[in-house]
Amino acid sequence: METLSFRLSASTRAGGTRMQAIVGVVASGNLEVLLERAAPADSCMIDITTAAHGFGAVWEAVVRDFVDRRPAGGLRISINDGGARPDTVALRLAQGVRKIEEPER
Amino acid sequence: MTAATANTDSLSWYEASARQRIDALVDPGSFVEFIGPEQREMSPHLAIFDLPEQFDDGIVIGRGRLDSSPVFVAAQEGRFMGGAFGEVHGAKLTGLLRAARTLRQDVLILFDTGGVRLQEANAGELAIAEIMRAIVEARRAGVNVIGVIGGRAGCYGGGSLIAGTCSRLIVSEQGRISVSGPEVIETNKGIEEFDSRDRALVWRTMGGKHRYLIGGADAFVDDEAQAVRQAAIDALEVTRGYGVANLEAEQSRLERRLQRFGAARDAVDVWQALGIDKPTDIPALPTDAFLAAANNRENADDAR
Repeated sequence: METLSFRLSASTRAGGTRMQAIVGVVASGNLEVLLERAAPADSCMIDITTAAHGFGAVWEAVVRDFVDRRPAGGLRISINDGGARPDTVALRLAQGVRKIEEPER
Repeated sequence: MTAATANTDSLSWYEASARQRIDALVDPGSFVEFIGPEQREMSPHLAIFDLPEQFDDGIVIGRGRLDSSPVFVAAQEGRFMGGAFGEVHGAKLTGLLRAARTLRQDVLILFDTGGVRLQEANAGELAIAEIMRAIVEARRAGVNVIGVIGGRAGCYGGGSLIAGTCSRLIVSEQGRISVSGPEVIETNKGIEEFDSRDRALVWRTMGGKHRYLIGGADAFVDDEAQAVRQAAIDALEVTRGYGVANLEAEQSRLERRLQRFGAARDAVDVWQALGIDKPTDIPALPTDAFLAAANNRENADDAR
């Protein structure tokens, strides 16, 4: 397994009040994304454990794009990856910020 | 919360994830997870094999309300390692069942499993034994343990043994229950004995309809979360005891069943012997017609 860690500055704080959210499962070509409100409001921490070695540059591009486009400030994001393609990763990250924004019942 | 506020969206049980199943099953907003993914209680074995881990180790456990009554719920995620039992995965279910016994709370187990994880086989096998014991002890204390089977991975290996100890089993057509899976039988006995790629054969031998007909499951439902929810509510209406009398009755039933169907070469022969009018039509029948045709099915006596 390869581990990657990114700490990025985020211009927009993640919405909602939920403390955490989880999306996806660890399977071939899939990944799980756990989002926790556990970072300073102006930054986003992303820790990745992946079965596919040597794709650090692709991961960096995907997570930078995510933090630029989505409200991810204040989030600590932990990923267990089963070899998902970049588009699947981007989709799960987007689902994740959407889910943590959902109103609590 | 009442049934009127239940989630009414249509959801295929087969396609849904473990978390989606729980959300659709219990009263909206009532689920509280125990040992959630944020606690990162993961398998201590998978890293040794350089395999990916999942934060909940492939099983979600917690408490919720079903039609306002408190219940414990466990749901296996069939897409993570085929929903297989490992050390942590098993311990979470064992702990839930022991708490259920102490607190006298009914339990729903949403099975979706190929059996025991090969990478942590000893721990997984021990977990199966502990879970079966915990179910028997909970049932002896008057707790209902209801199993639901309708996921992609089916309910195989040790999972099927656990299912056998439940008070009641709810199954959909998509669900499969068997100790040995199709590939295992083919590998050990040859393709003449069992062709694992013959999906019609797999389903008529291990699928929900056949299991319901021979008393291997107690309720048959559409592949629909709301149908499962209603069947679970119905199953919990009666508290079912568990003792030597149940087991002796079931032993006698199984002996009679073996005499009755032991010579059958195929499930269709069994359905014919059950007195079903057009046994070859069974796989294609929609739920209502199937339930009508299943009138004379074998009936398990809270054990199987």
